[in-house]
Amino acid sequence: MFGWEFPPHITGGLGTACYGMTKGLMKHDVEVLFVVPKAYGDEDQEAVRLINASDISIDFKDKKYEEYWQRITYMEIGSNLIPYVGPEEFRRIMEAKELESITSEDSVLSEKFEFSGKYGTDLMDEVKRYALIASAVAATSDFDVIHAHDWLTYAAGIAAKSVSGKPLVVHMHATEFDRSGENINQNVYDLERRGMEEADRVIAVSNMTRKIVIERYGIDPNKVFTAYNAVEPSDKPDQNYQRGVKDKVVTFLGRITFQKGPDYFVEAARKVLDKDPNVRFVMAGSGDMLNKIIKRVAELKMADRFHFTGFLKGDDVDHMFGLSDVFVMPSVSEPFGIVPLEAMRSNVPVVISRQSGVSEILVHALKIDFWDVDAMADSIYGLLHYEGLSKMFRRYGKEEVDNLKWENAAVKIKEVYESVL
Amino acid sequence: MRSICFYFQVHQPYRLRTYRFFDIGSNHHYYDEQQNRFIMRRVADKCYLPMNKLLLDLINEYGSAFKVSFSISGTALDQFEAYAPDVLDSYKALAATGNVEFIAETYGHALAALKSKEEFFEQVEMHKRKVEQHFGQLPTTFRNTELIYSDEIGAMVSEMGFKLMLTEGAKHVLGWKSPNYMYANAINPKLKLLLKNFRLSDDIAFRFSEQSWGEWPLTTEKFVDWLNDIDPKEEVVNLFMDYETFGEHQWPETGIFDFMRALPARVFSHSDFTFNTPSELAEKLQPVSSVHVPYPISWADEERDLTAWLGNELQDEAFDKLYSIKHKLDHCTDPDIIRDWRYLQTSDHFYYMCTKWFSDGDVHKYFNPYGTPYEAFINYMNVLSDFMIRVDEECQESSFQENLDQTIEKAAELGKVVKDKTVEIGKKVKKKVKDAKVNEMSLKDVASMSNAKIKELLRSVDVDELLVVLQDAGEDVRDRIIPNLGVRAKKKYEQLQGELKKVKKSDIKKYTANIEKELRNLFK
Repeated sequence: MFGWEFPPHITGGLGTACYGMTKGLMKHDVEVLFVVPKAYGDEDQEAVRLINASDISIDFKDKKYEEYWQRITYMEIGSNLIPYVGPEEFRRIMEAKELESITSEDSVLSEKFEFSGKYGTDLMDEVKRYALIASAVAATSDFDVIHAHDWLTYAAGIAAKSVSGKPLVVHMHATEFDRSGENINQNVYDLERRGMEEADRVIAVSNMTRKIVIERYGIDPNKVFTAYNAVEPSDKPDQNYQRGVKDKVVTFLGRITFQKGPDYFVEAARKVLDKDPNVRFVMAGSGDMLNKIIKRVAELKMADRFHFTGFLKGDDVDHMFGLSDVFVMPSVSEPFGIVPLEAMRSNVPVVISRQSGVSEILVHALKIDFWDVDAMADSIYGLLHYEGLSKMFRRYGKEEVDNLKWENAAVKIKEVYESVL
Repeated sequence: MRSICFYFQVHQPYRLRTYRFFDIGSNHHYYDEQQNRFIMRRVADKCYLPMNKLLLDLINEYGSAFKVSFSISGTALDQFEAYAPDVLDSYKALAATGNVEFIAETYGHALAALKSKEEFFEQVEMHKRKVEQHFGQLPTTFRNTELIYSDEIGAMVSEMGFKLMLTEGAKHVLGWKSPNYMYANAINPKLKLLLKNFRLSDDIAFRFSEQSWGEWPLTTEKFVDWLNDIDPKEEVVNLFMDYETFGEHQWPETGIFDFMRALPARVFSHSDFTFNTPSELAEKLQPVSSVHVPYPISWADEERDLTAWLGNELQDEAFDKLYSIKHKLDHCTDPDIIRDWRYLQTSDHFYYMCTKWFSDGDVHKYFNPYGTPYEAFINYMNVLSDFMIRVDEECQESSFQENLDQTIEKAAELGKVVKDKTVEIGKKVKKKVKDAKVNEMSLKDVASMSNAKIKELLRSVDVDELLVVLQDAGEDVRDRIIPNLGVRAKKKYEQLQGELKKVKKSDIKKYTANIEKELRNLFK
């Protein structure tokens, strides 16, 4: 399995999903060899054998690799592509990249590559080098199926397939359209499509994603399967977090970027506050739209009721849920969306956009169109004021999400494996 | 002759529009007029009009041999008036044949029987009046919303004066017993019960077009064979169903209209069954036993219970909140508020909140304008929140204030009346007492009279007579009168004392009577 990150070193949901998936697969007697660009040594290796790509040595005299290297050169990816990063951070990284590029050019020919293991600097170079390593792993390991997660690892997947002749499964956690709207990066799109074309099976995280894959990438529907993500039941005991305010709290948690729809959350907040001033809104996360959002909140004169926490992780996330009465995910485009499941796991009722993959499977959630600010405000108000609703969610929501275990979700993935063996 | 009893339920709710919480307190328009009109027109054209015509044709053809019964909810009647007067006319034409019985129910197709006896009674009364107004017959048969029934509900229905009620022949209630007899309420056996034969009813209503059903396609031949299979001792087959079965749930293409058109002929030619209305059966049949239904049943779903409308947190909160304001409406006279109060009680609103069908929702989705029970709940609660504010403002508070003013005013008025009356009665009593005393007055009473009165008396009597009488009067009387006599009279009195014995006893008596008469006059 080729991934880009693994807990605890994660920047997005991909690492968490991969971790849960490998654990789920293990329960069904699937052995996983997980390759990450950079292993830190403190990863949870209970479920997987983790291979640090940096530790793989490559003999460049081996002709195969040279061939591969030539084969993938045409997939050179525009260097200004950095996913999940805002413009300011981007500039910072680009500056850093100039410094690093001197050493990295040399390192291409060294025997062991250093990977940063993060999204960002030298990303495309890393994708290429990672692919090279992948073929080495493929040549020296024993396995039945290659499983590559997201476009960053597709080159690796293709390489491994060509080296080993084993079937390739690529996993679409997000498409370029989800990340960039209509202004897609053509290189990423091409790599995604290439990966799916070469693959024997494509796994999409929702029917919504599956549809994009079929319609916008022209992939044969017969080889595209939907396997929903899941969430691991919380192993932490329910904690009672002390509330500082008497007011009800409504939370947004995610990157503050266009595709997460934070602006709609702000507009809905104003509508709720017009009717009931005793509510507080919290926006947890960071991103390129943060400044714009802060400005809008001030413009709507609700800065005393609308709070920003910055990026939260780990226990802080649980703490935030512990204080929340409603969680809102107004995503404009969300291939899956695992955060609402985490909220429900903490007994927090959720309002989610219909433009999210998770809305396809959740029953005990209020679903709205991201642009329908009125409906969003109405749902929030209803959850805060009508006790019957929150009672229902307490009764069914947690139960529902506890059943969405990776152990169950992995069955579907195993079936996909079996279909190509 | 055994009977077939057709009963059709006709109902349309007032569906709510999307009502956001920011409408609360500012916008009091709750109904999705466009959708209600659209659905009413659609069902009118697909079901009500063609099926009413079909029934009218059958009645014209077979005369009194073919009869059916309807209950039409008040919300459906109101929507006929607003959107489909042609449908209302077609029902009136059916009513005019005399072969169609109209059955009473709650006006708003409500679940009031489960919560408020008072409201239940009011709504039934309202519905009866409405039926009488449109169809010229006052219902004597009752059926509750969704055939919901329990011993207690039956007892209430009996209390309202109905002789017969329709309900479900639920298996868990009947056990081995057949629904094809007349039964009676367990508390008040005067109330007769007709029970739905759910197998034969649902063969038409639900399974008619179901191609996976072993008996598909259902023909009149087959159906009449099944009727003939029934034990000849059994008296009545009750075929109760939604009227929308014809043309709306079962499309014309399924042959449902042809089936109904052909059924009577087949029944008459190949069986000993006739068609009767419920009230005819109430006259004709005697109960074979009572049925015990301690917990409410209905005609819905496999369970035949209330869980389609009540039981989950959403439904219970909405239902309890709704009826918590019942007492406030007792003083309400605002017609808009009363109307909304009835319309908001319609069982459909609670049906939309049911969570039973998260897994197998298809059958029910057809009837449900909401995507999920949660949306239905939020929308209803928003409307109800606004309604409760209106009730508080317009009924409760104002009527309380008005009440207070009125009470004070009334009390003051009453006080005045009471006071006047008291005074009047007091006077009368006093006078009576006085009169009684006066009539008993005698010369002796002079002893206790004031000097002024005595002088008045002296002026009105014959002094000579008085002086005679005085001779015989008691000393205390003399002592009171003599000092009040004039000088001349005193002298005369002294003269007379010597001649006393010459006065006749009868004269004294006569004079005394004269004086006492004057005395009494003095006090009258």
